[in-house]
Amino acid sequence: MESLNIFIKSIFIDNMVFAYFFGMCSYIAVSKSVKTANGLGLAVIFVMALTVPLNWLLNEYILKPGALGWISNSLGDIDLSFLSFIIFIAVIASFVQLVEMVVERFAPGLYNQLGIFLPLIAVNCAIMGASLFMQERAYPSLGQATMFGLGSGIGWWLAIIMMAAIRERLEYSQIPAPLRGPGIAFIITGLMGIAFMSFLGIQL
Amino acid sequence: MKALNSKNWQYFLGPLSKDNPVVVQILGICSALAVTAQLKPAFVMAASVVVVTGFANLIMSCLRKGVPSRIRIIVQLVVIAFLVILVDQVLKAYVYDVSKQLSVYVGLIITNCILMGRVEAFALGHKPWPSFVDGIANGVGYGIILLMLGFVRELFGSGSLWGFRVVPEAWYIQNGGFYANNGLMMLPPMALILVGLIIWVHRSSNKDLIEK
Repeated sequence: MESLNIFIKSIFIDNMVFAYFFGMCSYIAVSKSVKTANGLGLAVIFVMALTVPLNWLLNEYILKPGALGWISNSLGDIDLSFLSFIIFIAVIASFVQLVEMVVERFAPGLYNQLGIFLPLIAVNCAIMGASLFMQERAYPSLGQATMFGLGSGIGWWLAIIMMAAIRERLEYSQIPAPLRGPGIAFIITGLMGIAFMSFLGIQL
Repeated sequence: MKALNSKNWQYFLGPLSKDNPVVVQILGICSALAVTAQLKPAFVMAASVVVVTGFANLIMSCLRKGVPSRIRIIVQLVVIAFLVILVDQVLKAYVYDVSKQLSVYVGLIITNCILMGRVEAFALGHKPWPSFVDGIANGVGYGIILLMLGFVRELFGSGSLWGFRVVPEAWYIQNGGFYANNGLMMLPPMALILVGLIIWVHRSSNKDLIEK
């Protein structure tokens, strides 16, 4: 039950884009058409749902204060948490590289669709942010961490395709010249964020 | 070579307004929005980013001939992560309360697009000193926007600046006055709308940046 709550919460209430502004750069840059936005969104879901549990395992058994206790008692008081940034980003970057090679080998069609987006995911702050939040909130089990990763990815995907759909319609509207492009995109995201805040009332 | 000849001076001035990383290049938005509810964390964040961009550009520029392009992303991430760990440890040691407030956003400097963007676009093709200037300038350009946002959000959102009260207590409704804080300013969506407005003003005065 707890896992389901975390899942729903990370999609709607703690939405990566509207509540924490994660992955804004690619969110603004790639939301010009629904098709490409969908491709990037799906890639983000996939990578996030796998890197968060992977980093959870590393955090639990290597990085956390006292985590090395499972090897021998004498290592029990070592605190490696200062290494977590570099380990997390290394896991994410190498995982993205791995996914890229696997997808290229076994699903060339999908690979062509995703194109340049796969390598870009390594520097999408939403992915790194999810891992850091996982560490900060200290989810107690692998299942909950996975649900959090999956839910955050879906929340990000939802945000970017909604934005892309709105921006496709905006092509035909009269916008003050200096606001065209990123300016109006920010203001719309702000308004969508206010709409998403109505989910805050849900008790989970 | 003079330390700041006219070309380097241009590299320095560009990112402050015409080529600003936040409002023109649209880089590094996540942290720009998240840490600006108050002026103090915004300033600490801006200072950290200036240090990291400057030195990341400098180091990558020195390494640019020795790193094969296939593995350059990993090398960049390692260099940047190393710098960010240093900054994080310093913040934890000297300004612990602000470091707690910034929480995960210090770690997210690693994936701040300004860093990768400037290293890819500038440091890999230029000598170390101009790269260092470019890194510092982009950090400062980012900092200016952060401070503007922090100023407006703290002043209207909580009636104080840098933690010091600006709006007198007696003005508030609960003390028999007429004034109330604008709670919306403290919430995430308002930061987005403010950035949109800054872009609007900035592009109105720089006509050549307007999109067709």
